Amino acid sequence: MTSPHHNLQADLARNAYVASDELAMALHLSLVLQRPLLLEGPAGVGKTDLAKALAAIKDANLIRLQCYEGLDASQAIYEWNYQRQLLALRASDADTEDAVFSDKYLLKRPLLEAITQGSPPVLLIDEIDRADEAFEAYLLEVLAEGQITVPELGTIKAVSPPMVVLTSNGTRELSDALRRRCLYSYIDYPDRATELAILQARAPGIEAQLATQIIHTVQEIRREDLEKVPGIAEMLDWAAALSGLGINDLSEDLQAVAATMTCLLKTAADCDAVPAEVLARIVGKAA
Amino acid sequence: MRATRFPAQATGPAERLAGFIAHLRMNGVQAGPRETEDGLTALGAINAADPGQARMALKALLVPDHDGWQKFDDLYDAYWFNTGKQRQAEVKADHIRTQSARPTLWQPHLDTETESGTSDQADARPDTGDGEAEGTDGRLIATRTDNLTKRDLRELMDEDSLRAAERAATRLARALRDRRSRRYRAATHGSRLDLRRTLRASLARGGEPLDLYRRHRPDKPLKIVALCDVSGSMTVYARVFLAFIKGLVGADTRTDAYLFHTRLMRVTPALRDTDTLRAAGRLSLMAEGFAGGTDIAGAITQFNQSYAARAADDRTVVLILSDGYCTSPPEHLGAALAKLRRRVHRIVWLNPLKGWRDYEPVAKGIAAAQPYLDAHFPANTIETLGALEQEFFKF
Repeated sequence: MTSPHHNLQADLARNAYVASDELAMALHLSLVLQRPLLLEGPAGVGKTDLAKALAAIKDANLIRLQCYEGLDASQAIYEWNYQRQLLALRASDADTEDAVFSDKYLLKRPLLEAITQGSPPVLLIDEIDRADEAFEAYLLEVLAEGQITVPELGTIKAVSPPMVVLTSNGTRELSDALRRRCLYSYIDYPDRATELAILQARAPGIEAQLATQIIHTVQEIRREDLEKVPGIAEMLDWAAALSGLGINDLSEDLQAVAATMTCLLKTAADCDAVPAEVLARIVGKAA
Repeated sequence: MRATRFPAQATGPAERLAGFIAHLRMNGVQAGPRETEDGLTALGAINAADPGQARMALKALLVPDHDGWQKFDDLYDAYWFNTGKQRQAEVKADHIRTQSARPTLWQPHLDTETESGTSDQADARPDTGDGEAEGTDGRLIATRTDNLTKRDLRELMDEDSLRAAERAATRLARALRDRRSRRYRAATHGSRLDLRRTLRASLARGGEPLDLYRRHRPDKPLKIVALCDVSGSMTVYARVFLAFIKGLVGADTRTDAYLFHTRLMRVTPALRDTDTLRAAGRLSLMAEGFAGGTDIAGAITQFNQSYAARAADDRTVVLILSDGYCTSPPEHLGAALAKLRRRVHRIVWLNPLKGWRDYEPVAKGIAAAQPYLDAHFPANTIETLGALEQEFFKF
């Protein structure tokens, strides 16, 4: 018996996004209940890509707010376009005070833009853990009420509530208040079969044997003691690099494999942690 | 799997769901009436008769964080499929470790351990000599405490000394707390004007700086992460150190505490628990490995891998309370500490053995660790624990 979340899963798969049952269910519920979806997990497992895939299947705009330390309301919500206001005041002698505080002079930042769209957009709030706690509190209000108050203009209600996806890498504890308002899903590194499916969906041109080898090698490398464990994004980069070099069998050209390791290992210590012998052993097993 | 039989009076999904939420709450997942309501709505949006779907829906809805994500399935089975008891038993069996054969290296300490068993009993009758002075003459009691602080922690097991250790820890945590950044940041109430933002905002007023923005030097307190060794060689110190750690955790909301022997466990929530019985229950799981072997390198590696991203940053002081006897190769310990060193502000090792006369850090473990430590302090008497405060002001 098919259920709505399976349909969603199939839709995502058509957009080259392989979602687990749990993730598809969480996304389905967030759409039905109109609640934000909070995604956590290691870097590079497809948290951000889920929002992109969602925008694609819903044929919606994707509005992205990248969080960083020191992000404030004028960067995330709105700001008045002072220069244009001043010019407008200079140009006309009449009493234009009301005129300059109108939509025309309002610079919409991502959050305001997201709630003023005609059709519901996908709002991606990326790496929320990087923003300050103060901003998190502000966001809470916007997410819960679906409205933004501009003192000079009044309250702007959401025309169509956006589908909100938040991502976090867990560098800071998020507040309980925010967590309670969101649905939660944890995305971990995929298992072998899932990762193979992802590779085949994203890079259909790759031969089956090479794909299996790539997945095996990446899964083994993740088990090594690394500082930055390679995610799916890195795996796809590596696959692209290998097929770009015209390699069809990893065990044939170990030198090229070692040279392309920069796609997977991003620090000097990690490169040392996977020396040529270890790599040869891993690739040898995969073949 | 056998479904739970609910009592006849518990009728309807609403009440059962409310029961489930209460069950989650009892197990440390925060949820309330609002979640019950949402849960019912969510179950309406899916095919609730399919247990798999219901589980996934409730999981997405009720779980607030990664910890909850990991334990939800067990809690779910325990409530809905009546597996609570079996499951708990299984979990316990998982955690029991067979004690590794103790290397001869520890022999002297194992001897002191048995000794302490007797000295423990000796402490039970409160220091015969001062018996009469107790409670009648404040000054005498004071001298007595003074006396106590100089005795090796091995001999101290009574309430007073535990409280003294806790107090020392509280002072220590305070010493680290009051730090200010050197840089100024924007703030609503600050000591100085922020000229840049004030000018920017003056554009809105036609060039008149009407809105005054301010800036201040934000507090940048140091945070403590304490890793306490509770293995066999440390048994005699364990109670005092636990009290010490409890003091650290109690003094500051950001402090994080872990116990380790052959594996590492986060005990911050247990130590913060105001319900003593429940706290004891939470700690008891860990107690199964008490007085077993030590794997300091393994514990630190585990910390690096699973907790460090969240618990440690460049404003963190890591306190390691251990004697440095480690079963894993010393170079592992060095490597693990080197990794930790890059992530945190300071690593401080508190070593009960260091307070002994003629102590030299010759144990291979501690020798390998030495280059990565910012400080290596003795911690064998309450007095030395108290004296750490001065050292910590310098960090």
